[in-house]
Amino acid sequence: MITHPRGVLAPTRRAFLLSTAVIALASTLPGISFGAEPKQGGTLTVNIGTEPPVLVLIAHTAGAAVYVSSKTNEGLLTYDFDFTPKPLLATEWKVAEDGLRYWFKLREGVKFHDGTDFTAEDVAFSIQTLKENHPRGRATFAQVSSINVLGAHEIELLLDKPSPYLLTALASSESPIVPKHLYEGTKIAENPHNVAPIGTGPFVFKEWVRGSYVLYERNPNYWDAPKPYLDKLVVRFIGDPAAAVASIETGEVLLSVGINIPYTDFDRLEANPALGFETRGFTYTNSITRAEFNFENKYLANAKVRQAIAYAIDRNFIVNTIYLGHAKALNGPVSPGLAAFFSDDLPKYEFDPAKAEALLDEAGFPRGDGGVRFELNIDPTQPTGAYKQSAEYIAQALNKVGIKTTVRTQDFATFVKRVYTDRDFDIALEGMSNLFDPTVGIQRLYWSKNFKPGVPFSNGAHYESAETDRLLEAAAVEPDPKKRFALFVDFQKQVVTDLPALDLVAPDSFVIFDKRVVNHTLGAEGFGYNGADIYLAS
Amino acid sequence: MSSLPRIARALRRTVLQAIPTVIGIVILNFFLLQLAPGDAADVMAGEAGSATEETMAAMRSRFGLNLPMLDQLLAYLNNLVHFSLGFSPRYSMQVSDLIGQRLPGTLTLMAMALAIALLIGLTLGSLMAAFAGRLPDRLISIFSLLFYSVPGFWIGLMLIVLFSVTLGWLPSGGNGTIGSDLSGWAGIVDKARYMVLPATSLALFYVAIYARLTRAAMLEVRNQDFVRTAYAKGLSPAVVTVKHILRNALIPITTMAGMHVGGMLGGAVVVETVYSWPGLGRLAFEAVMGRDYTVLLGILLLSSLLVILANAVVDILQTWLDPRIGEL
Repeated sequence: MITHPRGVLAPTRRAFLLSTAVIALASTLPGISFGAEPKQGGTLTVNIGTEPPVLVLIAHTAGAAVYVSSKTNEGLLTYDFDFTPKPLLATEWKVAEDGLRYWFKLREGVKFHDGTDFTAEDVAFSIQTLKENHPRGRATFAQVSSINVLGAHEIELLLDKPSPYLLTALASSESPIVPKHLYEGTKIAENPHNVAPIGTGPFVFKEWVRGSYVLYERNPNYWDAPKPYLDKLVVRFIGDPAAAVASIETGEVLLSVGINIPYTDFDRLEANPALGFETRGFTYTNSITRAEFNFENKYLANAKVRQAIAYAIDRNFIVNTIYLGHAKALNGPVSPGLAAFFSDDLPKYEFDPAKAEALLDEAGFPRGDGGVRFELNIDPTQPTGAYKQSAEYIAQALNKVGIKTTVRTQDFATFVKRVYTDRDFDIALEGMSNLFDPTVGIQRLYWSKNFKPGVPFSNGAHYESAETDRLLEAAAVEPDPKKRFALFVDFQKQVVTDLPALDLVAPDSFVIFDKRVVNHTLGAEGFGYNGADIYLAS
Repeated sequence: MSSLPRIARALRRTVLQAIPTVIGIVILNFFLLQLAPGDAADVMAGEAGSATEETMAAMRSRFGLNLPMLDQLLAYLNNLVHFSLGFSPRYSMQVSDLIGQRLPGTLTLMAMALAIALLIGLTLGSLMAAFAGRLPDRLISIFSLLFYSVPGFWIGLMLIVLFSVTLGWLPSGGNGTIGSDLSGWAGIVDKARYMVLPATSLALFYVAIYARLTRAAMLEVRNQDFVRTAYAKGLSPAVVTVKHILRNALIPITTMAGMHVGGMLGGAVVVETVYSWPGLGRLAFEAVMGRDYTVLLGILLLSSLLVILANAVVDILQTWLDPRIGEL
């Protein structure tokens, strides 16, 4: 049972924020005295690289929108770096021991940007809407059988089966709360407020000039006065890597997140004393790259061939030469960023080309004409950057052990159709998000019931294992964290043995910021939190 | 004025030819776009990464992608007949609004680039012709060849490195100071500051072309009989150069400039990307990547109209420049 009485928690939270601020200051701003008061005012210009299709994620999961949706529309909870929930729109909560009842006390005196009061009705409506319309919400809230409003600021969710990931799914960007009176009775996906959001957040949407920027202004009636500290927030979409770097160096952009900076530019940026780098705060996404094997290919259906490929590839080479050290080599499907479920106690495939050759001989594919055993294609998700370079390296490594491998590049839409609809691929080199929980982010890739041609980023390998299915299904409804962890460790051992995909690396993600920008990353959501605490130091 | 009826005739002919051309372009574009693998639902679901069969089906029916191809074409043509460019699934906006937001930016950038290219190109070309075979001609030739062969994105990036990062004189991207309420003269100066670098990057390639063209055309015209006549009747060399030689040399240049309007729309993609300029080129690029065909068809339709319009303007300009053109 988790209980957080408001009186106890509020000071703790403030103390926590203060200590984080002090740590941030101590590590990045040697010139500024400790305990500096947050400064009011100023405009923060942010580059998020990609223009999102919508500005609030009530019926969408577009990656780039994570950084903007949370600024206007808050969720019930926020999280520290360890995923411990902290109050946001919910001030107290209890989860029944059997995991079938969630009770929330909601914050009072909160108003939406249009002046209406925030009540339990809005929360009930939003959760119902997420359950029906949000691509991930359908699964997250699948077990929620009824949503009961118990009072103006009190609500309970009743579940059919435990959903142990539910309490980590209530972040602003994942499960935003929208005003019922503006959404009720409309087609949710086409509601005009998806592109002109109204929420309870610290920033009020002002204008969106497509292709250029979104402008937010300070919410003067924010419930957590005197926050927010910033007067204005400008979000830009400079996608071109060279232009993005230029915008950082000229100081036109004070914070960049989610952009593809060439790794070769890192040394120069790191040498710039005005800039800071933050790698924490991406644990709500946890990206990894993996090489997925198509089990419908007659060679790759053979477990020995897949193991041989694993032995032929040096993941440390990918880390050091392609990512220039800004990544971690992986042994299994869980990113080290998802600390609560990560295990290092897994079977390992150390780089050993001789062993790879032996396995391929054993599998019955000796070297033939020109030393070639058989031919494969490898398709990277994107036609440029680290994905393509990794694919090129893998092709070289496999050529050395006698598997003639060709890299095929295509744009994203063609890749998605080729792999998931046409199933015309051998090895797909993909980026995947582990998200905040393995049931939400990892199960879809390995569960045999999620082999669904036509659905992107499902079980593309066509991997089927009764044991893996059993472990995933048991973990999905196991309320006890220890037992759940044990199930996921068994699952990881199973898939590392079966190798439907070879997990390669977990690339580091970065917030690159001007050191005057304080409090941009305070927890697991990173810059995807509501941003109320951000201020510009002088 | 005696040239008016000729101009009216040229206009009428252009309009009559434009209608079937546009209809042909729309239908051709539609089928061409169907050849690209994947659709908007694939991309959106791929970006989201958590799709299910139901969400995919719901998206396709919402976008009308589940209809047979011919029905989709008819639906689109029906929209066009009602003066609607359709609704973009990706941007959740009317395509006409989406394009309307971007069009002014692209047009001003193009106009500015074309103006710079013509002005500098004509000047340099005239200089080259005047000094044909001598040192200034050779020097300008080298520079124009350089501008012609260096890719636009590289010039763009180098200009950013020099003028924004190193010198800090001009902004590195965007099309105006965000959130500023500048109006009047200050507003124009602000916009101009943002436009200098992208317009120059876009123009340099064309400067080279126009300079070479002007040089060749002027050298050719210079040897004509009427030029000798003009000199013979005692006109000053400057008047002869501007009124007789340059005016006649303008015919091939205006023809090329008209064709370049279409080319600039394409070349603008690169410059718009480098300078984060919110223009049509980038919108078109994003629409291709997102397989948002309604947007792309709208842009292609508009671009074809723009090219037709530019050609009409060139026709009229040439009828004015050369009284022999357009006479029956």
